[in-house]
Amino acid sequence: MFVISIWVLAAVLLTLSIIRDREKTAISLLAAWKFFGSMALPVLITLWAIGFLLTFLPPWLISRAVGQNSGWQGILLAALFGSIVLIQAFIAFPLAGSLLRQGASVSAIAAFVTTLVMVGVVTAPMEMKFFGKKFTFWRNFLSFIFAIIIALIMGALLG
Amino acid sequence: MKKIFTSRNLLLLLGLATIIVYVFNRQKAFSILLNSKAYLMEMLSVLPPILILIGLFQVWVPRKTVERAMGRASGLKGILMAIFVGTAAMGPLYAAFPLGLSLMEKGASLFNMAIFLCIWASIKIPMILFEVKFLGAEFAGLRLALTLPSIIVISYFLNSILKGRNPHEKTKLS
Repeated sequence: MFVISIWVLAAVLLTLSIIRDREKTAISLLAAWKFFGSMALPVLITLWAIGFLLTFLPPWLISRAVGQNSGWQGILLAALFGSIVLIQAFIAFPLAGSLLRQGASVSAIAAFVTTLVMVGVVTAPMEMKFFGKKFTFWRNFLSFIFAIIIALIMGALLG
Repeated sequence: MKKIFTSRNLLLLLGLATIIVYVFNRQKAFSILLNSKAYLMEMLSVLPPILILIGLFQVWVPRKTVERAMGRASGLKGILMAIFVGTAAMGPLYAAFPLGLSLMEKGASLFNMAIFLCIWASIKIPMILFEVKFLGAEFAGLRLALTLPSIIVISYFLNSILKGRNPHEKTKLS
């Protein structure tokens, strides 16, 4: 249902775009193709790695580390992992989805996804150059705290 | 320093690892490939329309236009603009740093700039579509509903902590 609606939406907008301006539409498709080219390899690698993960990482290990009973330690672990690694969201979501299906808790996955996009340890030096140390520290610190709060609420409501 | 973890090397490594697994245990190798294939299919079922949407957005709503409008907008309008602008690119957080700075130079408040930065980082329509696909609509919807007010509170705190300072000038001094 969801998949069909995205296809319909894209088709409708694409048709409108073609009617309005053929040239612009061609440029937009080229941009989409370029973007696909830049992400194809990383995506393929991630999906292949997920294959390994699902085959060799036993569900009990995942659920012990970040599962329902891992408590605050699991959430913290997931949040720290999300803060440190630098992966694009479109790669992270399949990965997070596979972990969730293998026994990770809702709150751990929420903590991981939220810190992944909001907290950046690796990019902090760059952020400091633009906005200063104090801004960088507080923005990342507050984002981390709120990611934990969001994770706890989501765990309570969906877990 | 030479890069070891290039995409090509990682791909070779995965290929090699799969062959090694195949030699020792065929079943496991098939399991790896079948699991990957299942995820590849899921990915391909949503990727083309999302790519088309990203492409269309880039052409019809140029970043410059929105950026200019955002410099003037404030409050709710600014927030909506920020969500809209973030939709244009799938870029990571650091792609937004120069943009945030230029917003402040155009007179946006620190509060607005922080909101823009956080929203750019965390809320993007293509990203939400991926999240719905792989983590479910409930998960994605609830996370979005919680993230938005969090961002406003975070930005409010940031604004009061750093009150009276222009973060850009501060870096120039240090």
